[in-house]
Amino acid sequence: MAQISADEVRHLADLARIDLSDAELEHLAPQLSVILDAVASISGVAGDDVPPTSHPLPLTNVFREDVVTPGLSPEDALAGAPDAQEQRFAVPRILGDEQ
Amino acid sequence: MSDLTRRTAAELADALADGSTTSVELTQAHLDRIGAVDGALHAFLHVDAEGALAAARASDERRAAGSPASALDGVPIAVKDVLATKGLPTTCGSRILEGWVPPYDATVVARLRAAGLPILGKTNMDEFAMGSSTEHSAYGPTHNPWDHDRIPGGSGGGSAAAVAAFEAPLAVGTDTGGSIRQPGAVTGTVGIKPTYGAVSRYGLVALANSLDQVGPVTRTVLDAALLQQVIGGHDPLDSTSTTEVLADPVEAARAGATGDLSGLRVGVVAELGGEGYQAGVRQRFDEGVELLRSAGAEVVEVSCPSFVHALAAYYLILPAEASSNLARFDAMRYGIRVMPEQESPSAEDVMRATRDAGFGDEVKRRIILGTYALSSGYYDAYYGQAQKVRTLISRDFAAAFEQVDVLVSPTAPTTAFKLGEKLDDPLAMYLNDLATIPANLAGVPGISVPAGLAPEDGLPVGFQVLAPALADDRCYRVGAALEALLQQQWGGPQTPPE
Repeated sequence: MAQISADEVRHLADLARIDLSDAELEHLAPQLSVILDAVASISGVAGDDVPPTSHPLPLTNVFREDVVTPGLSPEDALAGAPDAQEQRFAVPRILGDEQ
Repeated sequence: MSDLTRRTAAELADALADGSTTSVELTQAHLDRIGAVDGALHAFLHVDAEGALAAARASDERRAAGSPASALDGVPIAVKDVLATKGLPTTCGSRILEGWVPPYDATVVARLRAAGLPILGKTNMDEFAMGSSTEHSAYGPTHNPWDHDRIPGGSGGGSAAAVAAFEAPLAVGTDTGGSIRQPGAVTGTVGIKPTYGAVSRYGLVALANSLDQVGPVTRTVLDAALLQQVIGGHDPLDSTSTTEVLADPVEAARAGATGDLSGLRVGVVAELGGEGYQAGVRQRFDEGVELLRSAGAEVVEVSCPSFVHALAAYYLILPAEASSNLARFDAMRYGIRVMPEQESPSAEDVMRATRDAGFGDEVKRRIILGTYALSSGYYDAYYGQAQKVRTLISRDFAAAFEQVDVLVSPTAPTTAFKLGEKLDDPLAMYLNDLATIPANLAGVPGISVPAGLAPEDGLPVGFQVLAPALADDRCYRVGAALEALLQQQWGGPQTPPE
C-alpha cells in the first residue's frame, strides 16, 4: 500500500508554497495515502511500447501574425493587484537577510 | 411562479420574435424567481440585476429596430463563476479570489454579450472546479432543487441547479471530468461537454488545460444546441480551439426530435455500468437503451477495457496540471494577500500564508497530489504511466467508434447523494466521475440527458451519449431522440417539486 507520511506532505506543501498547520498535515496525510493507493493501480498497465498522450489534439505550435493588437491598460492590469506603485505590482521583499 | 420562467429558451426566443414578450419582462421574471428561491438553493454567488436589465433594454431596442443580434437575443443566461466577466466578480468559488473583478471578458462571455443574452449572474461551483458536489465552494454549498438536503452535483452544481429550478433558462458550465454532465444527471437537466477545442477556453480560469471544456447547461437538447451555436467556433485567442467547422447542432437536435434513429449503431459500454451502479440508475438506463432500439437504432455491447484505469489516470493528470496552474495564485498580481504574523515577511512567506488561508481542503489535497506525481522519482511511475493510459483510452474509443456511431452509459453511478455524505472521503467523491472521465481524457464530446427518476428514491437519472471527436451533432441527435421519446411517455418534462 502506498503510504505518505506527514513529513512527506510537509515537504510537498513546502514545494507548493503552502503553509500547512500540524492539524492540516495530520488530516491530509492519511487521505492522500488512500488516494495514492487507488491511483497506484496504474503502474504496469501500459507497456514501454505505448506512447504517452499529453493532449487530446495533435497540435504543434500555433502562431499568429506579428501585428500589434490592443491589450490591457496598466490601470486595468493593476486594478486587481493587492498592492501597486508607479504602474508596477508592489511585492514584499524578495531577498533574504543574507542576500 | 411566472409562466415565463417555465418556458424553454427556444420558446422564449419565439415569444420575443413574435412580440408577445420583451427581454426586460422575461429577464425581470427570472430575477424575481432568483429572489424567491435562491435563498434556499444558493445557486448564485453573484446576481447582477442592474447589468442584466440594462442588457435586456438594449436587446429590446435592437429588436424594435428590426435587428436582433442572434436567435437568442434577449434570452437571459447564468454563467459559472470560473469564467472571467469584465466588471463582474469572478471567484471560482475560492476565498483566494474574493473580491476580484476581471478587467476583461472570457471569449465565451464576450460572445454571449455580442449575441444579446443578458447575464443574470455568476453561479456557484466547487473551488476551482475541483469536486462533484459543489460542497467545496468557499461560499457554502448549492442545494439540489429536487431535495434540498442533497447535492446538485459538481463542480457546476450552481449552473445546473439554477436551470433546474427555473432561475435561468440557460447556463454555461465547464467540464474537466464531468462537471457539466454529472450535475445535469443529478438535477434532471441537459448538459453537454463539446469536443475538446470546440469552445474557446480564453478567460476560463484553468483547472487542467488538456481536459477543460466549456459547454451548455439547459433543460432541453434543442436549447443546448442553440447555445452551442452562440459560444462555439474557433477563437484566435485560444490556440487549442479547433478551426474545424462542426455540423449544425440545431439541425441535429431537430432531426433527433423526430424520434427516428433508423440505421444508427449504438454501443453500450460494458465497463460503464453494472456493479457499483445504483439499481434505479441501471433500470432507467436500460429503459433508455430500449427506447433507442424502438426508434430504429441497432444496439450492441462494446468493450473498452482500458476505461477501468481512467479514474486513476485522471486523478494523476488532473492534479499534476492543476498544481502547476494554481501556482499563479501567488498574492502578488490578483486576489487576496495575507500577511503572516512575523516581522518583515518575504514575498515567499506572504505567498505561503496566502495560499494556506486562501485555498480550501480539496484544492490543497490536489495541489499536493500533483506535486507528488510530478516529483523526481515518482514521475515515471505515476504521471508518465497516466499519460500512457490516456493513449490506451483514446485507442479504446477509436476501436469502439469503428463498430458503432455513438456510445452510451449512465452519466453517474448514483442519483444525488446527501450533503456532507462524502465530504471527508475524497475517494468516494471521485468515484462519481467514473463514467464521465474517459471523454475528457480522449477529448470526445458527451451529453447527459434526463432519463427519468430512480424508483427507489424519486431522484433524476442521467443518460450519457458519447461520440467521436468533432461529431458533436450525434450527441444532439441521439439526445434529442431520447428526450422526445421519454417525454411522450411522461406527457412532458419532469420537473422538481415546488
